[in-house]
Amino acid sequence: MDNTTYSLRDRVLFVKLTKELDHHNAIGIRYTADELLNQKQCDSVVFDFANTVFMDSSGIGVIMGRYRKVREIGGFIGVTGVGESINRILEISGMYKLVKKIDMGEMENGN
Amino acid sequence: METNQMSLEFDAKSENEAFARITVAAFISQLDPTLEELADIKTAVSEAVTNSIIHGYDNGPGRIKMECKLEDRDVFVTIEDKGKGIEDIEKAREPLFTTKPELERSGMGFVFMEIFMDGLEVLSNPGEGCIIRMRKHIGSMA
Repeated sequence: MDNTTYSLRDRVLFVKLTKELDHHNAIGIRYTADELLNQKQCDSVVFDFANTVFMDSSGIGVIMGRYRKVREIGGFIGVTGVGESINRILEISGMYKLVKKIDMGEMENGN
Repeated sequence: METNQMSLEFDAKSENEAFARITVAAFISQLDPTLEELADIKTAVSEAVTNSIIHGYDNGPGRIKMECKLEDRDVFVTIEDKGKGIEDIEKAREPLFTTKPELERSGMGFVFMEIFMDGLEVLSNPGEGCIIRMRKHIGSMA
């Protein structure tokens, strides 16, 4: 089941991802994120993996797809709350060349 | 040699991606794998089943057969579909190659299967479905 939640702050879309990010759950996440990007409510996306214990290549597809979109409008992609298994997937697929790791504590202090 | 085997067949629906990987994880838990080994196998199974659903059956109806066999501390997983098959297996296994960029496939499916398992065999002919055979040794880490 997809329990992903979305919030907007300072033109950044925060996507708190569901427990398991596979092809099944990726479809709805892609759709909702793109709706908000297309409505020009944000130009960057931060994916929060704090609740996520599983991700496969479909999750990489979601990140790469949003990266292509925000790059056109000068935004960025961030990841946060990354645990060990998710980190391995992000590293192996070379995602850290495209996305930056974000410390949510720093973000909340306005740094 | 100590062996144990299970097989099941299910509909090619995306809901069953989680079902398939969790079932395999439950079956191999008797070998007491590490969390990392478990995550590796779950990812590989998820990739193979997703391939059958998206590419084999083009998101349409179909059935997927899954078999898991334990031989001592070796895990063998076979995922089989009767879908459209793979035109060029070598190309399909290349990193970032995908025939479905419009569905945002990352082209990393076979790469993950290769990296996370100790052996990967892809048997397919156009129009004749696809069989993925994977092997992983449990307990190879010190």
